[in-house]
Amino acid sequence: MPGPILILAEHLKGEIADITFEMLGIGRKLADELKVTLHSIVFGKEAESIAANLGVSDSVFVVNNPQMDIPSTDIASNILKSLIEQKNYSLVLIGGTNVSTGIGPKLSFRSGLPFINFCRNIWVKDGMVGFTSQLFGGKILSDVGLPGNRGIICIYPGSFPSNAGKSDKKPSIETLSLPAEETKVVFKQYIEPEAGDVDITKQDVLVSIGRGISNADNISMAEELAAILGGAVCASRPVIDQGWLPLSRQVGKSGMTVKPKLYLSLGVSGAPEHVEGMKDSGLILAINTDPNAPIFSVAQYGICADLFDIIPPLIEKLKT
Amino acid sequence: MDIVVFLKMVPDVVEELVVADTGKSLDTQFLRMKLNDPDDYSLEEALILKEKYGGTVTVVAMEAAEVDDVLFTALAKGADRIVKIPGDWTGIQAPAIAKVLASYFSSAGRQLGPDTLVLLGSQAIDDLEGEVAPYLSEILGAPYIGVITGISLDAEKKKVSVIKEFAGGLRGEFELPLPCVIGIQAAEKPPRYVPVAKVRSIMKTAKIETVDIAPPEITSGVTIEKMFIPEAAGKAKMIEGEPEQISAQIIDLLKETGILRR
Ligand SMILES: Cc1cc2nc3c(=O)[nH]c(=O)nc-3n(C[C@H](O)[C@H](O)[C@H](O)COP(=O)(O)OP(=O)(O)OC[C@H]3O[C@@H](n4cnc5c(N)ncnc54)[C@H](O)[C@@H]3O)c2cc1C
Repeated sequence: MPGPILILAEHLKGEIADITFEMLGIGRKLADELKVTLHSIVFGKEAESIAANLGVSDSVFVVNNPQMDIPSTDIASNILKSLIEQKNYSLVLIGGTNVSTGIGPKLSFRSGLPFINFCRNIWVKDGMVGFTSQLFGGKILSDVGLPGNRGIICIYPGSFPSNAGKSDKKPSIETLSLPAEETKVVFKQYIEPEAGDVDITKQDVLVSIGRGISNADNISMAEELAAILGGAVCASRPVIDQGWLPLSRQVGKSGMTVKPKLYLSLGVSGAPEHVEGMKDSGLILAINTDPNAPIFSVAQYGICADLFDIIPPLIEKLKT
Repeated sequence: MDIVVFLKMVPDVVEELVVADTGKSLDTQFLRMKLNDPDDYSLEEALILKEKYGGTVTVVAMEAAEVDDVLFTALAKGADRIVKIPGDWTGIQAPAIAKVLASYFSSAGRQLGPDTLVLLGSQAIDDLEGEVAPYLSEILGAPYIGVITGISLDAEKKKVSVIKEFAGGLRGEFELPLPCVIGIQAAEKPPRYVPVAKVRSIMKTAKIETVDIAPPEITSGVTIEKMFIPEAAGKAKMIEGEPEQISAQIIDLLKETGILRR
Protein backbone atom coordinates (compact mmCIF):
# COMPACT_ATOMS: atom_id res chain seq x y z
CA MET A 1 0.00 0.00 0.00
CA PRO A 2 1.70 3.24 -1.11
CA GLY A 3 1.64 6.27 1.16
CA PRO A 4 -0.26 9.52 0.43
CA ILE A 5 0.91 12.23 -1.97
CA LEU A 6 2.08 15.69 -0.83
CA ILE A 7 2.17 18.89 -2.87
CA LEU A 8 4.23 21.95 -1.98
CA ALA A 9 1.83 24.74 -2.93
CA GLU A 10 3.62 27.77 -4.30
CA HIS A 11 2.67 31.42 -4.30
CA LEU A 12 4.40 34.69 -4.95
CA LYS A 13 3.34 37.94 -3.26
CA GLY A 14 0.01 36.43 -2.21
CA GLU A 15 -0.85 35.12 -5.67
CA ILE A 16 -1.12 31.36 -6.11
CA ALA A 17 1.26 30.23 -8.83
CA ASP A 18 -0.16 28.30 -11.77
CA ILE A 19 2.22 25.43 -11.04
CA THR A 20 0.29 24.83 -7.81
CA PHE A 21 -2.90 24.03 -9.75
CA GLU A 22 -0.96 21.96 -12.28
CA MET A 23 0.42 19.86 -9.43
CA LEU A 24 -2.99 19.59 -7.74
CA GLY A 25 -4.53 18.34 -10.99
CA ILE A 26 -2.01 15.60 -11.67
CA GLY A 27 -1.68 14.86 -7.95
CA ARG A 28 -5.46 14.25 -7.70
CA LYS A 29 -5.39 11.90 -10.68
CA LEU A 30 -2.48 9.90 -9.26
CA ALA A 31 -3.99 9.79 -5.78
CA ASP A 32 -7.27 8.44 -7.16
CA GLU A 33 -5.51 5.81 -9.26
CA LEU A 34 -3.34 4.73 -6.36
CA LYS A 35 -6.28 5.01 -3.91
CA VAL A 36 -4.35 7.25 -1.53
CA THR A 37 -5.07 10.70 -0.11
CA LEU A 38 -3.72 13.97 -1.47
CA HIS A 39 -2.26 16.57 0.89
CA SER A 40 -0.85 20.04 0.26
CA ILE A 41 1.33 22.29 2.33
CA VAL A 42 1.51 26.11 2.18
CA PHE A 43 4.08 28.37 3.81
CA GLY A 44 3.91 32.09 4.52
CA LYS A 45 1.89 34.71 6.31
CA GLU A 46 -1.06 34.39 3.91
CA ALA A 47 -0.95 30.62 4.00
CA GLU A 48 -4.44 30.23 5.45
CA SER A 49 -6.28 32.23 2.81
CA ILE A 50 -4.27 30.47 0.11
CA ALA A 51 -5.08 27.07 1.59
CA ALA A 52 -8.81 27.71 1.12
CA ASN A 53 -8.25 27.58 -2.66
CA LEU A 54 -6.60 24.19 -2.64
CA GLY A 55 -9.82 22.16 -2.38
CA VAL A 56 -8.62 19.59 -4.88
CA SER A 57 -6.46 18.19 -2.11
CA ASP A 58 -8.11 16.31 0.75
CA SER A 59 -6.30 18.30 3.39
CA VAL A 60 -3.89 21.21 3.59
CA PHE A 61 -1.14 21.87 6.12
CA VAL A 62 -0.56 25.52 6.84
CA VAL A 63 2.70 26.94 8.15
CA ASN A 64 1.76 30.47 9.01
CA ASN A 65 5.22 31.94 9.16
CA PRO A 66 5.95 35.37 7.64
CA GLN A 67 9.61 34.42 7.31
CA MET A 68 8.50 31.77 4.84
CA ASP A 69 6.73 33.91 2.21
CA ILE A 70 9.68 33.01 0.09
CA PRO A 71 10.39 29.54 1.39
CA SER A 72 13.87 29.13 2.81
CA THR A 73 15.26 25.97 1.23
CA ASP A 74 16.60 24.88 4.62
CA ILE A 75 13.47 25.40 6.70
CA ALA A 76 11.19 24.06 3.94
CA SER A 77 13.19 20.87 3.55
CA ASN A 78 13.27 20.32 7.31
CA ILE A 79 9.51 20.67 7.61
CA LEU A 80 8.90 18.47 4.59
CA LYS A 81 11.32 15.88 5.89
CA SER A 82 9.50 15.56 9.20
CA LEU A 83 6.14 15.34 7.41
CA ILE A 84 7.51 12.56 5.20
CA GLU A 85 8.59 10.70 8.33
CA GLN A 86 5.18 11.12 9.97
CA LYS A 87 2.94 10.37 6.99
CA ASN A 88 5.14 8.06 4.96
CA TYR A 89 4.48 9.98 1.72
CA SER A 90 5.09 8.07 -1.49
CA LEU A 91 5.43 11.14 -3.68
CA VAL A 92 6.22 14.76 -2.90
CA LEU A 93 5.57 17.15 -5.81
CA ILE A 94 7.49 20.43 -5.98
CA GLY A 95 7.34 23.13 -8.68
CA GLY A 96 10.28 23.48 -11.05
CA THR A 97 10.27 27.23 -10.56
CA ASN A 98 12.72 29.90 -9.46
CA VAL A 99 10.83 30.25 -6.17
CA SER A 100 11.20 26.57 -5.21
CA THR A 101 14.64 25.77 -6.69
CA GLY A 102 16.90 23.95 -4.31
CA ILE A 103 14.21 22.56 -2.00
CA GLY A 104 13.95 19.25 -3.90
CA PRO A 105 17.65 18.28 -3.85
CA LYS A 106 18.00 19.41 -0.22
CA LEU A 107 14.96 17.39 0.79
CA SER A 108 16.27 14.41 -1.16
CA PHE A 109 19.59 14.65 0.67
CA ARG A 110 17.96 14.95 4.09
CA SER A 111 15.18 12.37 3.63
CA GLY A 112 17.13 9.86 1.56
CA LEU A 113 14.33 9.76 -1.03
CA PRO A 114 15.42 9.99 -4.66
CA PHE A 115 14.76 13.13 -6.69
CA ILE A 116 13.51 13.41 -10.26
CA ASN A 117 13.87 16.72 -12.08
CA PHE A 118 12.19 18.23 -15.18
CA CYS A 119 9.16 15.93 -14.90
CA ARG A 120 6.64 16.41 -17.72
CA ASN A 121 4.41 13.38 -17.30
CA ILE A 122 3.48 10.86 -14.60
CA TRP A 123 1.47 7.66 -14.90
CA VAL A 124 0.57 4.56 -12.91
CA LYS A 125 1.05 1.08 -14.35
CA ASP A 126 0.69 -2.15 -12.39
CA GLY A 127 0.92 -0.24 -9.14
CA MET A 128 4.24 1.36 -10.10
CA VAL A 129 4.54 5.06 -10.82
CA GLY A 130 6.40 6.06 -14.01
CA PHE A 131 7.70 9.44 -15.07
CA THR A 132 8.81 11.23 -18.23
CA SER A 133 11.41 13.94 -17.81
CA GLN A 134 12.78 16.27 -20.39
CA LEU A 135 16.52 16.51 -20.79
CA PHE A 136 18.91 18.68 -22.80
CA GLY A 137 16.50 21.61 -23.00
CA GLY A 138 13.68 19.42 -24.31
CA LYS A 139 15.68 17.79 -27.11
CA ILE A 140 15.37 14.41 -25.39
CA LEU A 141 12.65 12.84 -23.31
CA SER A 142 13.49 10.17 -20.80
CA ASP A 143 11.21 7.65 -19.14
CA VAL A 144 12.36 7.37 -15.57
CA GLY A 145 11.56 4.85 -12.89
CA LEU A 146 11.75 4.83 -9.10
CA PRO A 147 12.54 1.25 -8.08
CA GLY A 148 11.49 2.10 -4.52
CA ASN A 149 8.22 3.64 -5.81
CA ARG A 150 8.83 6.67 -3.60
CA GLY A 151 10.42 9.97 -4.45
CA ILE A 152 10.50 13.73 -4.69
CA ILE A 153 9.35 14.97 -8.06
CA CYS A 154 10.08 18.37 -9.54
CA ILE A 155 7.29 19.29 -11.97
CA TYR A 156 8.27 21.22 -15.07
CA PRO A 157 5.94 24.24 -15.40
CA GLY A 158 3.41 24.00 -18.22
CA SER A 159 3.36 20.20 -18.26
CA PHE A 160 -0.12 19.63 -16.84
CA PRO A 161 -3.43 21.48 -17.28
CA SER A 162 -4.03 23.82 -14.36
CA ASN A 163 -7.84 23.69 -14.61
CA ALA A 164 -7.91 20.18 -13.20
CA GLY A 165 -6.39 21.61 -10.04
CA LYS A 166 -9.13 24.15 -9.36
CA SER A 167 -12.22 23.51 -7.24
CA ASP A 168 -14.68 25.35 -5.00
CA LYS A 169 -14.54 22.58 -2.44
CA LYS A 170 -13.08 23.59 0.91
CA PRO A 171 -10.26 21.33 2.06
CA SER A 172 -9.72 20.48 5.71
CA ILE A 173 -6.98 22.72 7.03
CA GLU A 174 -4.48 21.88 9.73
CA THR A 175 -2.15 24.52 11.09
CA LEU A 176 1.29 23.25 11.96
CA SER A 177 2.96 25.13 14.75
CA LEU A 178 6.65 24.69 14.42
CA PRO A 179 9.58 25.75 16.52
CA ALA A 180 11.19 28.86 15.09
CA GLU A 181 14.16 27.94 12.98
CA GLU A 182 17.12 30.00 12.01
CA THR A 183 18.11 30.39 8.41
CA LYS A 184 21.33 31.98 7.31
CA VAL A 185 19.78 33.11 4.04
CA VAL A 186 17.84 36.26 4.88
CA PHE A 187 15.27 37.82 2.57
CA LYS A 188 15.75 41.60 2.43
CA GLN A 189 13.35 43.03 -0.12
CA TYR A 190 11.61 42.64 -3.43
CA ILE A 191 12.98 44.51 -6.42
CA GLU A 192 10.10 45.42 -8.69
CA PRO A 193 10.60 45.14 -12.46
CA GLU A 194 12.23 48.22 -13.90
CA ALA A 195 9.83 50.17 -16.03
CA GLY A 196 11.26 49.88 -19.50
CA ASP A 197 11.09 52.33 -22.37
CA VAL A 198 8.16 50.31 -23.74
CA ASP A 199 5.74 48.06 -21.93
CA ILE A 200 5.73 44.89 -24.03
CA THR A 201 2.69 43.56 -22.16
CA LYS A 202 0.60 46.37 -23.68
CA GLN A 203 1.52 45.95 -27.37
CA ASP A 204 -0.81 44.59 -30.05
CA VAL A 205 2.13 43.54 -32.18
CA LEU A 206 5.39 42.06 -30.94
CA VAL A 207 8.36 41.14 -33.09
CA SER A 208 10.27 38.68 -30.96
CA ILE A 209 13.93 37.98 -31.56
CA GLY A 210 16.03 35.08 -30.34
CA ARG A 211 19.62 33.94 -30.57
CA GLY A 212 19.03 33.51 -34.31
CA ILE A 213 19.36 37.29 -34.69
CA SER A 214 23.14 36.63 -34.33
CA ASN A 215 24.32 40.05 -33.18
CA ALA A 216 23.20 43.38 -31.78
CA ASP A 217 23.53 45.18 -35.12
CA ASN A 218 20.73 43.09 -36.63
CA ILE A 219 18.22 44.26 -34.04
CA SER A 220 17.58 47.47 -36.00
CA MET A 221 16.01 45.32 -38.73
CA ALA A 222 13.55 43.84 -36.23
CA GLU A 223 12.88 47.32 -34.89
CA GLU A 224 12.10 48.65 -38.34
CA LEU A 225 9.64 45.80 -38.91
CA ALA A 226 8.01 46.35 -35.52
CA ALA A 227 7.66 50.08 -36.21
CA ILE A 228 5.95 49.45 -39.54
CA LEU A 229 3.55 47.01 -37.90
CA GLY A 230 2.85 49.44 -35.06
CA GLY A 231 4.42 47.31 -32.37
CA ALA A 232 7.62 46.74 -30.44
CA VAL A 233 10.53 44.33 -30.24
CA CYS A 234 10.76 41.76 -27.46
CA ALA A 235 13.27 38.95 -27.03
CA SER A 236 14.24 35.61 -25.60
CA ARG A 237 16.61 35.38 -22.67
CA PRO A 238 19.95 35.00 -24.52
CA VAL A 239 19.38 38.33 -26.27
CA ILE A 240 18.79 40.01 -22.90
CA ASP A 241 21.70 38.23 -21.18
CA GLN A 242 23.99 39.44 -23.96
CA GLY A 243 22.95 42.95 -22.99
CA TRP A 244 21.49 43.68 -26.44
CA LEU A 245 18.10 44.68 -25.04
CA PRO A 246 16.96 45.61 -21.51
CA LEU A 247 15.35 43.08 -19.15
CA SER A 248 12.00 44.79 -19.61
CA ARG A 249 11.88 43.27 -23.10
CA GLN A 250 12.30 39.65 -22.01
CA VAL A 251 9.44 37.25 -22.63
CA GLY A 252 9.11 34.04 -20.60
CA LYS A 253 9.51 32.41 -17.26
CA SER A 254 11.75 35.03 -15.71
CA GLY A 255 10.54 37.82 -17.97
CA MET A 256 7.11 39.04 -19.00
CA THR A 257 3.96 37.23 -20.00
CA VAL A 258 2.56 38.78 -23.17
CA LYS A 259 -0.66 38.33 -25.16
CA PRO A 260 -0.37 40.51 -28.28
CA LYS A 261 -2.65 40.08 -31.30
CA LEU A 262 0.41 39.19 -33.38
CA TYR A 263 3.57 37.51 -32.11
CA LEU A 264 6.11 37.32 -34.91
CA SER A 265 8.96 35.14 -33.69
CA LEU A 266 12.34 35.37 -35.41
CA GLY A 267 15.10 32.87 -34.62
CA VAL A 268 13.61 31.72 -31.31
CA SER A 269 13.75 27.97 -30.66
CA GLY A 270 10.66 27.89 -28.43
CA ALA A 271 12.09 26.53 -25.18
CA PRO A 272 9.39 25.89 -22.55
CA GLU A 273 10.71 28.81 -20.44
CA HIS A 274 10.09 31.13 -23.38
CA VAL A 275 6.78 29.61 -24.48
CA GLU A 276 5.39 30.03 -20.97
CA GLY A 277 5.38 33.78 -21.55
CA MET A 278 3.83 33.95 -25.05
CA LYS A 279 1.65 30.90 -25.68
CA ASP A 280 -1.61 32.80 -25.26
CA SER A 281 -0.83 35.34 -27.99
CA GLY A 282 -3.45 35.77 -30.72
CA LEU A 283 -1.67 34.94 -33.97
CA ILE A 284 1.73 33.33 -33.60
CA LEU A 285 3.96 33.25 -36.66
CA ALA A 286 7.43 31.79 -36.38
CA ILE A 287 10.47 31.91 -38.63
CA ASN A 288 13.20 29.40 -37.87
CA THR A 289 15.79 27.55 -39.95
CA ASP A 290 15.27 24.34 -37.97
CA PRO A 291 12.19 22.38 -39.14
CA ASN A 292 12.09 20.60 -35.76
CA ALA A 293 12.22 23.76 -33.65
CA PRO A 294 9.63 23.43 -30.86
CA ILE A 295 8.34 26.93 -31.62
CA PHE A 296 6.51 25.35 -34.57
CA SER A 297 4.30 23.41 -32.22
CA VAL A 298 3.15 26.62 -30.55
CA ALA A 299 2.83 28.78 -33.66
CA GLN A 300 -0.22 28.65 -35.92
CA TYR A 301 1.95 29.52 -38.92
CA GLY A 302 5.55 28.57 -39.49
CA ILE A 303 8.22 29.45 -42.00
CA CYS A 304 11.23 27.20 -42.16
CA ALA A 305 13.78 29.65 -43.55
CA ASP A 306 16.61 32.01 -42.75
CA LEU A 307 15.11 35.10 -41.16
CA PHE A 308 17.62 37.27 -43.02
CA ASP A 309 16.16 36.04 -46.33
CA ILE A 310 12.58 36.75 -45.33
CA ILE A 311 12.55 39.94 -43.28
CA PRO A 312 14.24 42.40 -45.71
CA PRO A 313 11.81 41.69 -48.59
CA LEU A 314 8.92 41.71 -46.11
CA ILE A 315 9.94 45.16 -44.91
CA GLU A 316 10.27 46.37 -48.51
CA LYS A 317 6.80 45.08 -49.39
CA LEU A 318 5.22 46.58 -46.30
CA LYS A 319 6.74 49.98 -47.10
CA THR A 320 5.14 50.15 -50.52
CA MET B 1 37.78 36.51 -1.03
CA ASP B 2 38.61 32.99 -2.10
CA ILE B 3 36.27 32.37 -5.04
CA VAL B 4 35.95 28.80 -6.27
CA VAL B 5 34.06 28.27 -9.52
CA PHE B 6 32.99 24.79 -10.57
CA LEU B 7 32.49 24.35 -14.30
CA LYS B 8 30.62 21.51 -15.95
CA MET B 9 30.61 20.34 -19.55
CA VAL B 10 27.29 19.40 -21.13
CA PRO B 11 26.30 18.13 -24.59
CA ASP B 12 25.97 20.91 -27.14
CA VAL B 13 22.30 20.77 -28.09
CA VAL B 14 22.90 22.73 -31.27
CA GLU B 15 24.19 19.40 -32.59
CA GLU B 16 21.70 16.65 -33.27
CA LEU B 17 21.53 14.32 -30.27
CA VAL B 18 21.55 10.59 -30.95
CA VAL B 19 20.25 8.00 -28.48
CA ALA B 20 22.64 5.03 -28.00
CA ASP B 21 21.64 1.49 -28.98
CA THR B 22 20.87 0.67 -25.35
CA GLY B 23 18.15 3.30 -25.55
CA LYS B 24 19.19 4.55 -22.13
CA SER B 25 21.82 7.18 -22.79
CA LEU B 26 23.14 9.45 -25.51
CA ASP B 27 25.50 8.06 -28.10
CA THR B 28 28.74 9.72 -27.02
CA GLN B 29 30.34 9.18 -30.40
CA PHE B 30 28.26 12.00 -31.88
CA LEU B 31 28.39 14.22 -28.84
CA ARG B 32 30.08 17.59 -28.87
CA MET B 33 30.64 18.96 -25.40
CA LYS B 34 30.45 22.60 -24.41
CA LEU B 35 30.50 24.59 -21.19
CA ASN B 36 27.09 24.67 -19.49
CA ASP B 37 25.67 28.18 -20.23
CA PRO B 38 24.97 29.26 -16.62
CA ASP B 39 28.52 28.13 -15.71
CA ASP B 40 29.90 30.59 -18.23
CA TYR B 41 28.03 33.33 -16.36
CA SER B 42 29.21 32.00 -13.05
CA LEU B 43 32.83 32.34 -14.20
CA GLU B 44 32.08 35.86 -15.41
CA GLU B 45 30.50 36.81 -12.07
CA ALA B 46 33.59 35.46 -10.27
CA LEU B 47 35.88 37.60 -12.42
CA ILE B 48 33.70 40.68 -11.87
CA LEU B 49 33.83 40.09 -8.09
CA LYS B 50 37.60 39.72 -8.16
CA GLU B 51 37.94 43.01 -10.05
CA LYS B 52 35.68 44.78 -7.53
CA TYR B 53 36.87 43.31 -4.25
CA GLY B 54 40.16 41.55 -4.91
CA GLY B 55 40.87 37.95 -3.99
CA THR B 56 41.53 34.92 -6.14
CA VAL B 57 39.49 32.92 -8.59
CA THR B 58 40.11 29.16 -8.73
CA VAL B 59 38.33 27.31 -11.51
CA VAL B 60 37.70 23.60 -11.00
CA ALA B 61 36.27 21.10 -13.48
CA MET B 62 35.88 17.36 -13.72
CA GLU B 63 37.58 15.80 -16.70
CA ALA B 64 35.51 15.74 -19.91
CA ALA B 65 36.10 16.23 -23.62
CA GLU B 66 37.16 19.84 -24.42
CA VAL B 67 37.53 20.69 -20.75
CA ASP B 68 41.22 21.67 -21.06
CA ASP B 69 40.30 24.37 -23.58
CA VAL B 70 37.61 25.65 -21.26
CA LEU B 71 40.07 25.78 -18.33
CA PHE B 72 42.79 27.56 -20.32
CA THR B 73 40.19 30.03 -21.57
CA ALA B 74 39.18 30.73 -17.96
CA LEU B 75 42.82 31.44 -17.16
CA ALA B 76 43.13 33.75 -20.16
CA LYS B 77 40.03 35.59 -18.97
CA GLY B 78 41.64 36.31 -15.59
CA ALA B 79 41.26 33.29 -13.31
CA ASP B 80 44.26 32.64 -11.03
CA ARG B 81 44.32 28.86 -10.87
CA ILE B 82 42.80 26.11 -12.98
CA VAL B 83 42.23 22.64 -11.59
CA LYS B 84 41.07 19.39 -13.18
CA ILE B 85 39.70 16.34 -11.40
CA PRO B 86 40.84 13.48 -13.68
CA GLY B 87 38.69 10.43 -14.35
CA ASP B 88 36.04 9.03 -16.63
CA TRP B 89 32.93 10.67 -15.26
CA THR B 90 30.56 9.72 -18.09
CA GLY B 91 27.02 9.32 -16.77
CA ILE B 92 27.80 10.54 -13.25
CA GLN B 93 24.68 11.84 -11.52
CA ALA B 94 24.19 15.13 -9.71
CA PRO B 95 24.39 13.85 -6.10
CA ALA B 96 27.66 12.08 -6.93
CA ILE B 97 29.07 15.17 -8.67
CA ALA B 98 28.35 17.14 -5.50
CA LYS B 99 30.21 14.50 -3.50
CA VAL B 100 33.25 14.80 -5.77
CA LEU B 101 33.24 18.61 -5.58
CA ALA B 102 32.87 18.49 -1.80
CA SER B 103 35.89 16.18 -1.61
CA TYR B 104 37.85 18.81 -3.49
CA PHE B 105 37.73 20.98 -0.36
CA SER B 106 39.22 18.23 1.79
CA SER B 107 42.06 17.46 -0.63
CA ALA B 108 45.62 18.49 0.24
CA GLY B 109 46.14 22.22 0.51
CA ARG B 110 42.51 23.13 -0.23
CA GLN B 111 39.78 24.09 2.18
CA LEU B 112 36.44 25.74 2.55
CA GLY B 113 37.71 28.80 4.41
CA PRO B 114 35.81 31.59 6.18
CA ASP B 115 36.06 33.75 3.05
CA THR B 116 35.30 31.08 0.44
CA LEU B 117 32.56 31.80 -2.07
CA VAL B 118 31.56 28.77 -4.14
CA LEU B 119 29.89 29.52 -7.48
CA LEU B 120 28.17 27.05 -9.79
CA GLY B 121 25.74 27.39 -12.66
CA SER B 122 22.23 27.42 -11.19
CA GLN B 123 21.28 24.36 -13.23
CA ALA B 124 22.40 22.27 -16.18
CA ILE B 125 20.37 20.73 -19.00
CA ASP B 126 21.23 17.21 -17.82
CA ASP B 127 20.38 17.69 -14.13
CA LEU B 128 17.94 14.75 -14.03
CA GLU B 129 18.61 14.03 -10.35
CA GLY B 130 18.65 17.65 -9.27
CA GLU B 131 20.93 20.64 -9.34
CA VAL B 132 24.45 20.19 -8.01
CA ALA B 133 24.64 23.43 -5.97
CA PRO B 134 22.01 22.54 -3.31
CA TYR B 135 23.47 19.03 -2.90
CA LEU B 136 26.94 20.53 -2.49
CA SER B 137 25.63 22.98 0.10
CA GLU B 138 24.19 20.05 2.08
CA ILE B 139 27.46 18.13 2.12
CA LEU B 140 29.53 21.21 2.95
CA GLY B 141 27.02 22.45 5.52
CA ALA B 142 27.23 25.91 3.95
CA PRO B 143 24.19 28.07 3.10
CA TYR B 144 22.88 28.08 -0.46
CA ILE B 145 20.74 30.16 -2.76
CA GLY B 146 20.08 29.67 -6.49
CA VAL B 147 18.92 31.54 -9.61
CA ILE B 148 21.17 34.48 -8.77
CA THR B 149 22.01 37.29 -11.20
CA GLY B 150 24.20 39.57 -9.11
CA ILE B 151 26.42 39.49 -6.01
CA SER B 152 28.00 42.17 -3.84
CA LEU B 153 30.20 41.86 -0.78
CA ASP B 154 29.72 43.81 2.47
CA ALA B 155 32.38 46.11 3.91
CA GLU B 156 33.67 43.54 6.42
CA LYS B 157 33.87 40.94 3.66
CA LYS B 158 31.86 38.51 5.74
CA LYS B 159 28.49 38.57 4.00
CA VAL B 160 27.22 38.69 0.45
CA SER B 161 24.10 40.34 -0.82
CA VAL B 162 22.58 38.61 -3.84
CA ILE B 163 19.83 39.24 -6.38
CA LYS B 164 17.52 36.33 -7.11
CA GLU B 165 15.15 36.13 -10.06
CA PHE B 166 11.54 35.19 -9.47
CA ALA B 167 9.09 35.65 -12.35
CA GLY B 168 7.62 38.45 -14.43
CA GLY B 169 10.72 40.59 -13.96
CA LEU B 170 10.29 40.50 -10.16
CA ARG B 171 13.51 39.93 -8.24
CA GLY B 172 14.46 39.64 -4.60
CA GLU B 173 17.46 40.70 -2.55
CA PHE B 174 18.88 38.24 -0.01
CA GLU B 175 21.85 38.24 2.34
CA LEU B 176 23.96 35.27 3.40
CA PRO B 177 27.27 34.81 5.22
CA LEU B 178 30.48 33.43 3.76
CA PRO B 179 31.35 30.66 3.16
CA CYS B 180 28.36 29.85 0.96
CA VAL B 181 27.32 28.09 -2.23
CA ILE B 182 25.57 30.14 -4.91
CA GLY B 183 23.82 28.98 -8.09
CA ILE B 184 24.32 31.59 -10.80
CA GLN B 185 21.69 32.16 -13.48
CA ALA B 186 23.28 35.17 -15.20
CA ALA B 187 26.07 37.64 -14.49
CA GLU B 188 25.85 41.40 -14.32
CA LYS B 189 27.53 41.52 -17.73
CA PRO B 190 27.72 39.05 -20.62
CA PRO B 191 30.71 36.69 -20.46
CA ARG B 192 33.85 38.50 -21.63
CA TYR B 193 35.49 37.64 -24.88
CA VAL B 194 39.06 36.49 -25.01
CA PRO B 195 41.00 36.21 -28.28
CA VAL B 196 41.94 32.66 -29.28
CA ALA B 197 45.55 33.81 -29.73
CA LYS B 198 45.71 34.72 -26.05
CA VAL B 199 44.34 31.32 -25.03
CA ARG B 200 46.86 29.61 -27.30
CA SER B 201 49.81 31.47 -25.83
CA ILE B 202 48.65 30.75 -22.29
CA MET B 203 48.37 27.06 -23.14
CA LYS B 204 52.09 27.03 -23.93
CA THR B 205 53.19 28.23 -20.52
CA ALA B 206 50.40 27.56 -18.03
CA LYS B 207 49.68 24.28 -16.31
CA ILE B 208 46.44 22.71 -15.23
CA GLU B 209 46.70 21.50 -11.64
CA THR B 210 45.14 18.14 -10.91
CA VAL B 211 43.41 16.85 -7.80
CA ASP B 212 42.69 13.13 -7.57
CA ILE B 213 39.35 12.14 -6.13
CA ALA B 214 37.97 8.61 -6.09
CA PRO B 215 34.55 8.12 -7.69
CA PRO B 216 31.96 8.12 -4.88
CA GLU B 217 29.81 5.08 -4.42
CA ILE B 218 26.36 6.57 -4.24
CA THR B 219 23.39 5.95 -6.46
CA SER B 220 20.51 8.30 -6.92
CA GLY B 221 17.72 5.71 -6.70
CA VAL B 222 16.45 6.90 -10.08
CA THR B 223 16.67 4.66 -13.16
CA ILE B 224 16.51 5.72 -16.79
CA GLU B 225 14.24 3.25 -18.58
CA LYS B 226 14.25 4.75 -22.04
CA MET B 227 15.51 7.88 -23.80
CA PHE B 228 13.86 9.12 -26.95
CA ILE B 229 13.55 12.13 -29.20
CA PRO B 230 10.18 13.83 -28.76
CA GLU B 231 7.93 13.89 -31.79
CA ALA B 232 7.33 17.40 -33.01
CA ALA B 233 3.73 18.23 -32.24
CA GLY B 234 3.75 19.90 -35.67
CA LYS B 235 0.87 22.23 -35.14
CA ALA B 236 1.97 25.14 -37.32
CA LYS B 237 0.75 25.42 -40.88
CA MET B 238 3.93 25.89 -42.89
CA ILE B 239 4.23 28.72 -45.38
CA GLU B 240 6.52 27.71 -48.22
CA GLY B 241 8.10 29.19 -51.32
CA GLU B 242 10.74 31.71 -52.30
CA PRO B 243 11.38 34.62 -49.90
CA GLU B 244 9.38 36.99 -52.11
CA GLN B 245 6.37 34.67 -52.14
CA ILE B 246 6.64 34.01 -48.44
CA SER B 247 6.67 37.69 -47.56
CA ALA B 248 3.62 38.25 -49.81
CA GLN B 249 1.81 35.43 -48.00
CA ILE B 250 2.73 36.89 -44.61
CA ILE B 251 1.19 40.20 -45.67
CA ASP B 252 -1.99 38.44 -46.88
CA LEU B 253 -2.23 36.65 -43.57
CA LEU B 254 -1.83 39.88 -41.61
CA LYS B 255 -4.57 41.47 -43.69
CA GLU B 256 -6.93 38.51 -43.31
CA THR B 257 -6.55 38.58 -39.58
CA GLY B 258 -7.11 42.33 -39.47
CA ILE B 259 -3.67 43.10 -38.05
CA LEU B 260 -2.81 45.04 -41.17
CA ARG B 261 -5.46 47.34 -42.52
CA ARG B 262 -5.33 48.43 -46.20
C1 LIG C 1 15.35 29.28 -14.75
C2 LIG C 1 15.31 29.64 -16.21
C3 LIG C 1 14.56 30.73 -16.62
C4 LIG C 1 14.50 31.05 -17.97
N1 LIG C 1 13.74 32.11 -18.34
C5 LIG C 1 13.63 32.40 -19.64
C6 LIG C 1 12.79 33.48 -20.08
O1 LIG C 1 12.15 34.18 -19.29
N2 LIG C 1 12.72 33.72 -21.39
C7 LIG C 1 13.39 32.99 -22.33
O2 LIG C 1 13.26 33.28 -23.53
N3 LIG C 1 14.19 31.99 -21.94
C8 LIG C 1 14.34 31.68 -20.63
N4 LIG C 1 15.17 30.68 -20.26
C9 LIG C 1 16.09 30.10 -21.28
C10 LIG C 1 15.45 29.06 -22.16
O3 LIG C 1 15.61 27.80 -21.56
C11 LIG C 1 16.17 29.01 -23.53
O4 LIG C 1 17.54 28.77 -23.33
C12 LIG C 1 16.00 30.27 -24.35
O5 LIG C 1 14.64 30.64 -24.44
C13 LIG C 1 16.54 30.04 -25.73
O6 LIG C 1 16.54 31.24 -26.45
P1 LIG C 1 16.56 31.25 -28.03
O7 LIG C 1 15.40 30.50 -28.55
O8 LIG C 1 16.70 32.65 -28.46
O9 LIG C 1 17.94 30.54 -28.38
P2 LIG C 1 18.23 29.11 -28.98
O10 LIG C 1 17.55 28.06 -28.21
O11 LIG C 1 19.68 29.05 -29.17
O12 LIG C 1 17.51 29.15 -30.39
C14 LIG C 1 17.90 29.91 -31.48
C15 LIG C 1 17.01 29.48 -32.63
O13 LIG C 1 17.26 30.31 -33.76
C16 LIG C 1 17.25 29.52 -34.93
N5 LIG C 1 18.04 30.26 -35.90
C17 LIG C 1 19.38 30.45 -35.91
N6 LIG C 1 19.73 31.23 -36.95
C18 LIG C 1 18.59 31.53 -37.62
C19 LIG C 1 18.29 32.31 -38.79
N7 LIG C 1 19.26 32.94 -39.46
N8 LIG C 1 17.02 32.39 -39.18
C20 LIG C 1 16.02 31.75 -38.51
N9 LIG C 1 16.24 31.02 -37.40
C21 LIG C 1 17.50 30.91 -36.95
C22 LIG C 1 17.81 28.19 -34.50
O14 LIG C 1 17.36 27.16 -35.38
C23 LIG C 1 17.27 28.05 -33.09
O15 LIG C 1 16.05 27.34 -33.08
C24 LIG C 1 15.23 30.31 -18.92
C25 LIG C 1 15.96 29.22 -18.52
C26 LIG C 1 16.00 28.88 -17.19
C27 LIG C 1 16.80 27.67 -16.82
